[in-house]
Amino acid sequence: MQILFSFIASVLFGLGLAISGMLNPAKVIGFLDITGKWDPSLAFVMGGALVVTVFSFRWVLRRPTPIISDIFHLPIKNNLDGQLITGAAIFGVGWAVSGLCPGPALASVGFLDEKLLIFVLALIIGSLLANVHFLIGNNSTPRRLGGKS
Amino acid sequence: MENFTPLSASFGGILIGLASTILLLTQGRLAGISGILGGLLLQNTSDRNWRIVFLLGLVIGASLYSFFGGDVSGVNINPYHLSYKIHIAALIVGGLLVGYGTQIGSGCTSGHGICGLGRLSTRSLVATIIFMSTAGLTVFIIRNIFGV
Repeated sequence: MQILFSFIASVLFGLGLAISGMLNPAKVIGFLDITGKWDPSLAFVMGGALVVTVFSFRWVLRRPTPIISDIFHLPIKNNLDGQLITGAAIFGVGWAVSGLCPGPALASVGFLDEKLLIFVLALIIGSLLANVHFLIGNNSTPRRLGGKS
Repeated sequence: MENFTPLSASFGGILIGLASTILLLTQGRLAGISGILGGLLLQNTSDRNWRIVFLLGLVIGASLYSFFGGDVSGVNINPYHLSYKIHIAALIVGGLLVGYGTQIGSGCTSGHGICGLGRLSTRSLVATIIFMSTAGLTVFIIRNIFGV
């Protein structure tokens, strides 16, 4: 059952990314380039998604548990820390340099574009480096990855 | 603004919102793509299956759009019109930074920008403002200082 709903949600997610035009790095750069030929489409993608999630999440999270799981896997941290800020800043630079973020990049793997696959490989290596770096840097408790967004 | 596509952007966005709702409602998971990938790379528990299926479904969803005639030619666009070698270098540097940054910062555009803001998380609001700002600034520098 978990697998089935994971599949349904992800197919819809991939379809949404494709329909919204976000698989095209030029649309992303067009949004970020506010002093150039600005293309506000990305704001409409986020806006469309948020119109749904702001209301639906509130409704869903009123339930004691999800339908086919025992708990909601939500991030535990609620304080601002250096890692969040540094990580977000680094992500923004990489996003602007490439025009790609993880969702569109991974959804596009099936098109077998050589350059995109190079990006995805670098994305995986960068993610592994962060996790290894973190585990070495903090020998206390490993970062909880499971429920992270 | 000749490339502005508000209708398809909003419709696609609504589908992404619905998909995130289904995942949270059924299995209590947030549809943050970097988080789903990160958990897959590190965890060695039974938690892997839904993550693998999710990433597979993401590829199938995008492919379905192309199968039914949607235009996905933009996938290999070189937004700054860089030479081949420099474009590859930009993709490698970009990929490393996106991977490292999203894991350290606990989320990406979907995790913070859609799911996090959707549940009114302050951390996600701050992260979204920061990555949007550094991204905008980086594009400004690339466009105006490097002139591409």
